[in-house]
Amino acid sequence: MQTVISVTNLSKTYASGLRALKNINLDIRRGEIFALLGPNGAGKTTLIGIICGIVNPSEGTIRVGGHDIIGDYRAARYMIGLVPQELTTDAFETVWNTVSFSRGLFGKPADPAHIEKVLRDLSLWARKDSKVMTLSGGMKRRLLIAKALSHEPRILFLDEPTAGVDVELRQDMWKLVRSLQASGVTIILTTHYIDEAEEMADRIGVISKGEIILVEEKAELMRKLGRKQLTLHLEKTLVRIPTGLSSYSLELKSGGTDLIYTYDEQVDRAGITALLRDLAAAGIHFKDLQTTQSSLEDIFVTLVSDRK
Amino acid sequence: MSAINVYAIRAIYRFEMARTRRTLMQSIVSPVISTALYFVVFGAAIGGRIPEVEGVSYGAFIVPGLVMLSLLTQSISNASFGIYFPKFVGTIYELLSAPVSYFEIVLSYVGAAATKSVVLGLIILATAALLVPLKIEHPLWMILFLVLTSVTFSLIGFIIGIWADGFEKLQAIPLLIITPLTFLGGSFYSIDMLPPFWRTVSLFNPVVYLVSGFRWSFYGLADVSVGLSLAMTGVFLTVSLAVVAWIFRTGYRLKN
Repeated sequence: MQTVISVTNLSKTYASGLRALKNINLDIRRGEIFALLGPNGAGKTTLIGIICGIVNPSEGTIRVGGHDIIGDYRAARYMIGLVPQELTTDAFETVWNTVSFSRGLFGKPADPAHIEKVLRDLSLWARKDSKVMTLSGGMKRRLLIAKALSHEPRILFLDEPTAGVDVELRQDMWKLVRSLQASGVTIILTTHYIDEAEEMADRIGVISKGEIILVEEKAELMRKLGRKQLTLHLEKTLVRIPTGLSSYSLELKSGGTDLIYTYDEQVDRAGITALLRDLAAAGIHFKDLQTTQSSLEDIFVTLVSDRK
Repeated sequence: MSAINVYAIRAIYRFEMARTRRTLMQSIVSPVISTALYFVVFGAAIGGRIPEVEGVSYGAFIVPGLVMLSLLTQSISNASFGIYFPKFVGTIYELLSAPVSYFEIVLSYVGAAATKSVVLGLIILATAALLVPLKIEHPLWMILFLVLTSVTFSLIGFIIGIWADGFEKLQAIPLLIITPLTFLGGSFYSIDMLPPFWRTVSLFNPVVYLVSGFRWSFYGLADVSVGLSLAMTGVFLTVSLAVVAWIFRTGYRLKN
């Protein structure tokens, strides 16, 4: 796949001395949905800010569509739409005017048909003549997306797009993101809701304390780091795990009625069969079983805490 | 892709002009009313007791100075607010992330603020013409000074808007520096009326040159030569441009 954004050796030190980013190297592929995950203050917004031209980099280079973001900032920025985290809007303007303004600002001739489409897609059409200050928080969020899409960008940055957005709207938003992706737009999002990254992203980057600690295909990440657990609900309470089963990583829970086996799907492919056979041999019977898979959230917590 | 983002310039310019229409009371009506009050008080009430200044009635004499007073304060307040407000509410992110050059940003913001000032100046002149006998000897020079002053002080306003990190700072410079300089800059009198010492001090006041040149375009009367007035206006313009260029080159108070 083609690289659409390429970040090389990027560092950022603020005037206060805060090192927000440390030697970031990251490639974003054309047409993918890339989720940037990280705790508060990890550097997500700084990274996006630098790529979009809002924050000056201290070191390193960034190319967007092959254009250097400083030397050839116009060409780079034409390609980008940014939805910021904060709900910053021009309170006194109408929805229509503020979205049309954004299109002009990004160097495109007026195109009422496109603005109408964007507003309809975001369910803002009925409010096109309303002043921005009369909109609800969710509508303002959509308005910011409409502004970012007004100039038909090829790359869309969504910085915490669903913060404070209700469930129904979130679903609509993801539908829109998917249709944008289908039309060839590359999407980079940051989110606190890990389940969203899990649901939406093709690839996931984890950032912590200004460093990218991992970039992986989501499926690969889940496969590599996802741990599975097998829970056996036993027929009879077990006081302790028989010594013959000590080679398995087993735990007793719920006062001895649940036996939990944690395994790595990749490594212990044959583990379950062997375990069940050994259990039967040891005379331990179960009435039910279930398996669970660790979520991205568990993976994320593990990754970030490992580095402390 | 064009070398200049004309659409962006147009978008910002229109946005700023729309802001003026929304705030018509504050941007046009209130300066016109306050200037009309000056005419009534100084021109009609007090002016009647003041002899003519070099053949011009006092009421008419103060017109150029009053226009300048409004021009300076309104240029600064318009331009400073225009750029300060996006910083304050955070919408500046869009401007900074847009494919616009610094030149285009300045051109559109300062252009819009200067346009408003020129329009305002003309409205005040029209109002004055109703109240006092007005004559304009050098209309082209008058327009030239009107435009140059509007542009220069809109640039200064733009700088203040970027420098300010609170509403107090936004108000401080116009209130503490520009207004005193204007009142002491010969708006209401010819500096020739001052004792020699204060006359010399006045020559350090940049506003004297602006008012003098502007008044000359009306009545052919000047405290300093019109060439000097024009040169000084050019100097202020150049200095303002240099400061704006420096701000953008360093990202001062706009980008971290």
